[in-house]
Amino acid sequence: MKKLFLICLMAASTVVCANIETYKFDDPRKEADYQVLVHELRCLVCQNQNLADSNAELAQDLRRKTYEMVEKGLSKDEVVEYMVARYGDFVLYKPPLQTNTLALWGGPFIIFIIAVLVLIRMIRRRPTNSDHLLSEEQRQRAEQLLNQQTEEK
Amino acid sequence: MIRYLLPLGIFIVIVGFLFVGLGMDPKIVPSPFIGKPAPEFNLPKLYKPDERVATADMKGQVWLLNVWASWCVSCRAEHQVVTRFAKTGLVPIYGLNYKDEPEDAKGWLRALGNPYVASLVDYDGNAGIDWGVYGVPETFVMDKNGIVRDKVIGPVTEEIVQDRLIPLIEKLQAEEG
Repeated sequence: MKKLFLICLMAASTVVCANIETYKFDDPRKEADYQVLVHELRCLVCQNQNLADSNAELAQDLRRKTYEMVEKGLSKDEVVEYMVARYGDFVLYKPPLQTNTLALWGGPFIIFIIAVLVLIRMIRRRPTNSDHLLSEEQRQRAEQLLNQQTEEK
Repeated sequence: MIRYLLPLGIFIVIVGFLFVGLGMDPKIVPSPFIGKPAPEFNLPKLYKPDERVATADMKGQVWLLNVWASWCVSCRAEHQVVTRFAKTGLVPIYGLNYKDEPEDAKGWLRALGNPYVASLVDYDGNAGIDWGVYGVPETFVMDKNGIVRDKVIGPVTEEIVQDRLIPLIEKLQAEEG
């Protein structure tokens, strides 16, 4: 129990440390937008972190920029557009569905379909492979043996 | 036979992909600006803070924008190359002094030499954001119409100058403005 508590405490502390500066919003909806944005936008310096997690200078600047735009009343899409225009699609943690990302989005489905087809083929093949099934003669003999055994009891 | 060759084939394809992936540098993010007009800025000069330079002032000439800062270690590494390249006088190179203290920047240029026609001060990094700068040094090449034609991410090396920048700049200078 104590261990569990400690683990929870550690997990909580990282969340608390993530954002150092705090921004005040006049509208809770804007604050929610800001939170979504800083979690969806990638920090380009430490590439596997989003803006909320990263403490790189660029991430701080982009958080400030995001704050300014959200506070000015820009929608989430407008902020994302602004970032993509400057840093490219890479700034998005979730890649958009477009022609150059088709393989990325479609790939898993194609592999899944291939897997299902292979599976169906394997299942269909199985009954034709009847070498190990008993012939009529063998079956009768087996039945005979089994009956014999029960009679002996 | 095919039963054994098929898995081997798939294995070789996967190894091929992974091998190519090993050689890729994830730090190099393609710039969305290539082929598009250079972003606007209007910034003071480092040595003459009351004079400002705007992107529009550059129209009609091929020019380079080299993003640098005195706190950036790789900038120090590329500086000699940039200085030597600037001395050839092929193309004007402007500096974008990114998120730096002007005094530190001046000291840095004094110590290492100043290859720039002018260094523009981007103290708060806003121009950097507009240009999509995410790691200093970065170098942009603009053509006569103010279109971004190339971007070097990371330090400029002698090879990049000889094999990539000089041929491109000569081609752009031959183009109609």
